[in-house]
Amino acid sequence: MSLLQSLSQRDRVFDFMAPQASPVDVRHGPILYMEDVTVSFDGFKAINNLNLTINDGELRCIIGPNGAGKTTMMDIITGKTRPNSGSVWFGSRHNLLHMNEPDIASLGIGRKFQKPTVFEALSVFENLELAMAADKRIFPTLTARMTGEIKDRIDEVLETIGLKALRHQPAGILSHGQKQWLEIGMLLMQRPRLLLVDEPVAGMTEQEMERTAELLTGLAGKQSVVVVEHDMGFVRSIARQVTVLHQGSVLAEGTMDQVSNDPKVIEVYLGADDEEAA
Amino acid sequence: MSLTTESSTNFWLTRPFSERSTQIFLGVLLAALALVTLLHVAVPPGNPLHVGAYTVNLFGKYLSYALLAVAVDLVWGYLGILSLGHGAFFAIGGYAMGMYLMRQIGDRGTYGHPVLPDFMVFLNWDSLPWFWHGFDMAWFAFAMVLLAPGLLALVFGFLAFRSRVTGVYLSIITQALTFALMLAFFRNEMGFGGNNGLTDFREIVGFDLRSDATRLGLFLATGVALALGYILCRAIVTSKLGRVSVATRDAEARTRFLGYRVERFQLFVFVVSAMLAGLAGALYVPQVGIINPSEFSPIFSIEIVLWVALGGRATLYGAVIGAILVNYAKTIFTGVMPDAWLFALGAMFVLVTVFLPKGVAGLFRYLKRRKREDQTTDPDHQHTSKEASA
Repeated sequence: MSLLQSLSQRDRVFDFMAPQASPVDVRHGPILYMEDVTVSFDGFKAINNLNLTINDGELRCIIGPNGAGKTTMMDIITGKTRPNSGSVWFGSRHNLLHMNEPDIASLGIGRKFQKPTVFEALSVFENLELAMAADKRIFPTLTARMTGEIKDRIDEVLETIGLKALRHQPAGILSHGQKQWLEIGMLLMQRPRLLLVDEPVAGMTEQEMERTAELLTGLAGKQSVVVVEHDMGFVRSIARQVTVLHQGSVLAEGTMDQVSNDPKVIEVYLGADDEEAA
Repeated sequence: MSLTTESSTNFWLTRPFSERSTQIFLGVLLAALALVTLLHVAVPPGNPLHVGAYTVNLFGKYLSYALLAVAVDLVWGYLGILSLGHGAFFAIGGYAMGMYLMRQIGDRGTYGHPVLPDFMVFLNWDSLPWFWHGFDMAWFAFAMVLLAPGLLALVFGFLAFRSRVTGVYLSIITQALTFALMLAFFRNEMGFGGNNGLTDFREIVGFDLRSDATRLGLFLATGVALALGYILCRAIVTSKLGRVSVATRDAEARTRFLGYRVERFQLFVFVVSAMLAGLAGALYVPQVGIINPSEFSPIFSIEIVLWVALGGRATLYGAVIGAILVNYAKTIFTGVMPDAWLFALGAMFVLVTVFLPKGVAGLFRYLKRRKREDQTTDPDHQHTSKEASA
């Protein structure tokens, strides 16, 4: 939000005077609010009048067939793609369409990509250290010191993601599942308010999936979590609220049972998927 | 590496001193400086152990190359920017020093002009170009040694990194940069002595450049500069900023996504590296007695990268070893079999790439790791490495 605009709003505290710890205003409930968002790539509408609201502390699963616009939706939220129209608000104060990627990241929106990208040459510990919410300008980074507080925070996250024993190992030697957890750990280090998790269990073993489900459900409540996933079994095991996307807009929303009994949904997605599974 | 992340001293500049590799490096370097000084001063000429002024001078040249290699390793090894134009920063630092040395000549030049260097008198210029002013003052010239290459790197890097030019494209434009500068400096109208460059130097801050004592002093000064440059680079790479650089090298988009403004980090490291290269050039010029546009030649910049690759990328000390080894070999070969030098260089590069892909430093690391594995006394360490391999 531009400084001038924020100064002219006399009914609230100036942005730059608001306490840094919780800059996101969620008093009205939703932490993420997307309204009438449309994106078109050369005439093809990847997102078409999308309306989506995520409440603070919620765990939301988003499903939909390929090309439904799931990844584009995440790109919009994180500032990678600019929509042609519509509005996207984080809390009720931050207009995400006016912010760039690093600003959105430091505001507290963390994204886990489909393919785990951890820094393979750095140790697990160092990966988490870099991800930590901190002053990320050049000189503060150059002179940054390792304090007991930071170490405790990293240890805490290492505990959560179950990689404590591997803390000094280079991230390059981790298994696929372990890399996914490290990625989630890196997101947690940023103390995000909203976690966007793209296909967390792709390529995971059954046990790894269970472990991931525990991890994500454990996070909900403290953080808002949005999970995009293809694996129906996994979605069923963690989901409370499910949103089905189809051709760039919301097709259905509700609990897993409601959604999976919706004839429209069965037609475009679940039916096909069940046949495949059977 | 992670052990130092957690348990080293807190102040970033003194952090390298608690590292074993830096302690060893500084120990070896200081011992070498002391030994050469001793053999030069205390052992009488004629004794086979005596190190002559020529050799001292040669070693000084190697040390300035070593500093240049450290600068290149900082950007290539730790930031992943393969600069094929670092010779340009080296040469600009060298020209800044050369301009100072030219002004020091005063009226003792061939034409005896009190202000104008010989080549300007020869070109019938009647006054000093604006950019030559101030170079009669040592402090100004020495500041320019760092500032001029730094400024060029700042402008060039700002444009390149802001447009997210990386990888092979960046390598190509750095090569183009140094080539363009070479062509420019060849022109007499540029005011840098054209083809012949700057030479015929007399003295530096009052010391006669032809005396053995000055040569020894320059050699020692270069050694100290190498030590300081090495410590600075180590301090950078062991800081959190160094880890951000490595992260940028391996996954730039991911690093940006963590909230780091990658282009600024790249710019910072690039400028520091360019300034170190400039310093190396400034120490090189008084020792070889000439600076001309051939230092800008693309081949030279590529050669620097070869030194680093041979010594071992992303270790810093490997760059020093590589620079000294290759240049020592060059001195020997061009003396014994001048025609064979390029073949020898090529052969060295092929052999190292095939048998020592991580360079000479990689060999050290390999031996160290073997030694550690032989004596795994730490049960905790054993435990984690076992689990990791599972």
